Amino acid sequence: MSRSSSTGDDERPLGTRHYLERFARAAQHRAGPGWLETLRGEAIASFAEIGFPTRRLEEWRYTSTAPIERVAFELPESDRSAPTPEELAEIAPCASQAWRAVFVDGRLCAERSVLPADSGGLRIDSLADALAGGEGEALVAAHLARQAPFKNDAFTALNTAFMEDGALVEIPPGWQEERPLYLLFVSTGNETISHPRTLVIARPGSRATLIQDHVSLDSGTRFSNAVCEVLAEENAALDLVLIQRENAQSYHVSNLQAVQERDSRVALHTITLGGALVRNELGLMLAAPGAEADLRGLFLGGSRRHIDNHTLVDHAVPHCTSRQLYKGILGGHARGVFRGRVIVRPDAQKSDALQSNPNLLLANQAEINTKPQLEIRADDVKCSHGSTIGQLDREALFYLRSRGVEERAARMLLTRGFAAEIAAGLPLESLSGWARQLVDSAVETLTADMEGSET
Amino acid sequence: MANSNPDIEKLTGEEYKYGFVTDIEAEQLPPGLDETVVRTISAKKEEPEWLLDFRLKALARFLEMLEAKQEPTWAMVDYSPIDYQNVIYYSAPKPKPELESLDEVDPELLRTYEKLGISLQEQKRLTGVKVAVDAVFDSVSVATTFKEELEKQGIIFCSFSDAVQNHPALVKRYLGSVVPYSDNFFATLNSAVFSDGSFAYIPRGVHCPMELSTYFRINSAGTGQFERTLLVADEGASVSYLEGCTAPMRDENQLHAAVVELVALDDASIKYSTVQNWYPGDKNGVGGIYNFVTKRGACRGRRSKISWTQVETGSAITWKYPSCILQGDESVGEFYSVAMTNNAQQADTGTKMIHIGKNTRSTIISKGISAGRGQQSYRGLVRIGPKAREARNYSQCDSLLIGDECGAHTFPYLEVKNATATVEHEATTSKIGDEQLFFCRQRGLSEEDAVSMIVNGFCKEVLRELPMEFAVEAQNLLAVSLEGSVG
Amino acid sequence: MLEIKQLHANAGDTPIIRGIDLSIKAGEIHAIMGPNGSGKSTLSNVLAGKPGYEVTSGEILFKGRDLSEMEPEVRAREGIFLAFQYPVEIPGVNNSYFLKASLNAIREHRGEPTLDAMDFLALAKEKMSHVEMPSDLMNRSINEGFSGGEKKRNEVLQMLLLEPALCILDETDSGLDIDALRVVAGGVNLLRSPERSMLIITHYQRLLDYIVPDYVHVLADGRIVRSGGKELALELDQKGYGWIEEQARTEGHE
Repeated sequence: MSRSSSTGDDERPLGTRHYLERFARAAQHRAGPGWLETLRGEAIASFAEIGFPTRRLEEWRYTSTAPIERVAFELPESDRSAPTPEELAEIAPCASQAWRAVFVDGRLCAERSVLPADSGGLRIDSLADALAGGEGEALVAAHLARQAPFKNDAFTALNTAFMEDGALVEIPPGWQEERPLYLLFVSTGNETISHPRTLVIARPGSRATLIQDHVSLDSGTRFSNAVCEVLAEENAALDLVLIQRENAQSYHVSNLQAVQERDSRVALHTITLGGALVRNELGLMLAAPGAEADLRGLFLGGSRRHIDNHTLVDHAVPHCTSRQLYKGILGGHARGVFRGRVIVRPDAQKSDALQSNPNLLLANQAEINTKPQLEIRADDVKCSHGSTIGQLDREALFYLRSRGVEERAARMLLTRGFAAEIAAGLPLESLSGWARQLVDSAVETLTADMEGSET
Repeated sequence: MANSNPDIEKLTGEEYKYGFVTDIEAEQLPPGLDETVVRTISAKKEEPEWLLDFRLKALARFLEMLEAKQEPTWAMVDYSPIDYQNVIYYSAPKPKPELESLDEVDPELLRTYEKLGISLQEQKRLTGVKVAVDAVFDSVSVATTFKEELEKQGIIFCSFSDAVQNHPALVKRYLGSVVPYSDNFFATLNSAVFSDGSFAYIPRGVHCPMELSTYFRINSAGTGQFERTLLVADEGASVSYLEGCTAPMRDENQLHAAVVELVALDDASIKYSTVQNWYPGDKNGVGGIYNFVTKRGACRGRRSKISWTQVETGSAITWKYPSCILQGDESVGEFYSVAMTNNAQQADTGTKMIHIGKNTRSTIISKGISAGRGQQSYRGLVRIGPKAREARNYSQCDSLLIGDECGAHTFPYLEVKNATATVEHEATTSKIGDEQLFFCRQRGLSEEDAVSMIVNGFCKEVLRELPMEFAVEAQNLLAVSLEGSVG
Repeated sequence: MLEIKQLHANAGDTPIIRGIDLSIKAGEIHAIMGPNGSGKSTLSNVLAGKPGYEVTSGEILFKGRDLSEMEPEVRAREGIFLAFQYPVEIPGVNNSYFLKASLNAIREHRGEPTLDAMDFLALAKEKMSHVEMPSDLMNRSINEGFSGGEKKRNEVLQMLLLEPALCILDETDSGLDIDALRVVAGGVNLLRSPERSMLIITHYQRLLDYIVPDYVHVLADGRIVRSGGKELALELDQKGYGWIEEQARTEGHE
């Protein structure tokens, strides 16, 4: 239901018009090479043509973007306050042992970052720096907007048109160092927007863990519109961890697209704990035989939060494997959406795809819409999916209470138990322990919120 | 797995055995759709004013939808646009039979139904089970058997047209109450031009003593069939109903847009079974019926139950989602489906279970078989409303693939707005295993028999829901429809 | 009964059988032993005509007729029975229904009258008692949820019902405890007759304690490297396969 391009500017809804104006106004301030300006131009033209998605689109059936459209978000002022080292240590204890890049409202904050200088070829660059010219620019030019096309995606189009900075990560061939790569995205201000962009290129035979963590240190309405493009080359192994724990007024739309080459293994761990409206789009293209994708997700929310997870695993060639486990926990008046698509193309024989989506509804007004979807056009395949929606096991609850645990604590224990699997799947003990803490405290907050609202 | 075996290819050509045409003079309206056509259909049937109004409102809405190009496109089926002004909306064997008894039915028609294996003589079938049959030929009902015997218990079973004349109050009360005239594109078209169909009313506390069945036959070329079925089970009543469908082999596509409405009041139960074997078109996808059907049952009463069982082997395109609206507390909805697509057939089918009342339960068992270049989608909605406390649903959707050119797709929609609900959905896709085939052949079974045995095993949970004698018919149908799929 | 001449065969594209000669006369029991990967199961699959197994040269005559052009079901109807090493599960297909269909297909082929449900059940019941098979297994889906022992009993039951001319037992003893082995062997021994031949493929000697063979052949690397009487099996049991393989390698290089 795309809006026709004949629509005059004046008829455009406020949201769309706002971004077109901002794009035009910023034209003279924008830095960067000519090819990038061309790309931005194409992106904003796409956005002008399609506008924000409506719920008539199957992909947006259960999620309205109206709350985002209603606010005239602005790029923040240039003096952004970085988190202090103390704050940083508190936000992410794991960051101390990691290579880290700290972004404030989408721009790299060099003082807080610890980047490899020339550490055996591992590259973590500011995208803005890379675009200033040189070898980095060539790398960006070769990979930007390849994995995440913007033609039919309004938010990716906006990101491409407006992005200022982000990370360019290149993991060299054969890289095996355990030290994780940690990208922290801090948002500040009120009614501010950021468009972080991340490019990840994992060279043949490399192995790495990359965390992208979105947080807010204070209150204020923000919109993070993140895009991440990943290329996993032959036999590369990547663990990508996406953590979203922004404040309760935040809007968060993210799009991660990965292309996997022969025998590569990509594991995505998506943990969504914050935000008023969150939409995670995850796409994995299994482009060569032997590729394996493992998608694990947890989304958790109470009050009136809305969390939408979309996954698409495309088995384009034979002999690939995909696994999906997405768990939802919803309390209060929260709404959860899960749409998991698995496509098996003709000739993609011996595809092995499994998808599971268990959900826990903790409160009467909470709601879940789930749509696990298999589209199979090859015959010699092993595909299955399952989805369940239920409550905490009454027997288990009773069992705990009969052993003297009070009901609230018992509920919390069982909810944590349900959630634990996803955090436990993170690589490195320090990371999974940390994720477990984040999830546990989110469960505690959720349980407390619900107590408060019920009494 | 191409059809390289000449014997098998021969079989494929012969597989549809109901493809004959009955040479009978028909009274037809010219092709096209406008107010005159609708008024003519209504006048021919001597319908009361309120029914004409119903039709005209539907027509106006349909023409709007047509203008706005609102023909549904979301289903995973692909066909060239239908010219709705080039369809014959009314065709009836001439003269319209005014029957005093079954003996007066045109012998040519009787022969047609005999050939289809449907006896319009009021005798018991071989199995000793009585089945009352309403035979619908193109647009009109030509005969209904066992009417008198049923009437003794107060059961009304007749053609829809007769019901309008003889039981107008019942028809007026329930028509459009489950599927409103504006419900969807094809239901709206049906509401404007429906010609005949079956009507049944089971009074309070009566358990219908025999199977009721309707046998639909499309005969004339260029016609669409738009029947309307309405079944009402009053408090504590129960009925089992079966419909069967065939059509001649023609190289044009014919449109079948039916509407079925079921109403179950307190403690009533309706079991509705379909063996759909419309002409599927030839191997290359030429011809065949477009089966665009709206079927919905309302479990209005407490503890009421509606159960749909369908075996879909025919039609070039199937678009059909028999649904249950579970309004009454503790009501039960069931959907058991086997759908088979071979050659160029396409099917997008499934169900909707709308849980409104407390403690409502639903079960969905869907078995899809794709062979040849067949494309098949399961599309199902389970919605648990905010007031449906303790609602439960279990869905299982399995697909079996035969050959590497077919496709199987699963699109479940689960929408849950009540935290006390329990919803479970499972789906699997697999192919007939080479090991299984070889095992059966090593024990002396032919490959075709082995496939048919494995397929019937795959469908067992659904087939066992069918009334006994139709289960056998359905199994044979599956075997016939699969011929030529392995070789 | 069975005449194998200079047989070479592939599994997929891989040559496995590299020249086997074997002659089995009516009433004889032959055992084929050999280490894993020697081609034992390939041989049984080739005899039964499993798709994907191809005779590249040589010939197999069964009752004087060339098998190569025969479909697997025709071989079965002619009297070749393969008791599978891993009998498959077929969900939803009733075991009893399947056995009756199978038996009737074979009876029809032999020109015998087919059995109705009553006669079949009576016959099946009698045969089941020989393999101590619980009667509820007849009403379950083929092999679905059967234990390993129950699957093997089901195979022998089918053999008893179908009364084939040539029984091929492909590692029927694997995974069986001693009691189940005794029962299975007992069933097989019931079929011993001057008109019937058996080819017993096994890795271990212990089955041959119960079904005593007339001849024992050792298969290694796709060839029969030793043939002898039943005492050969005992020798193998004591010495293992190493010396045979060693011998096969040297001979292969000569």
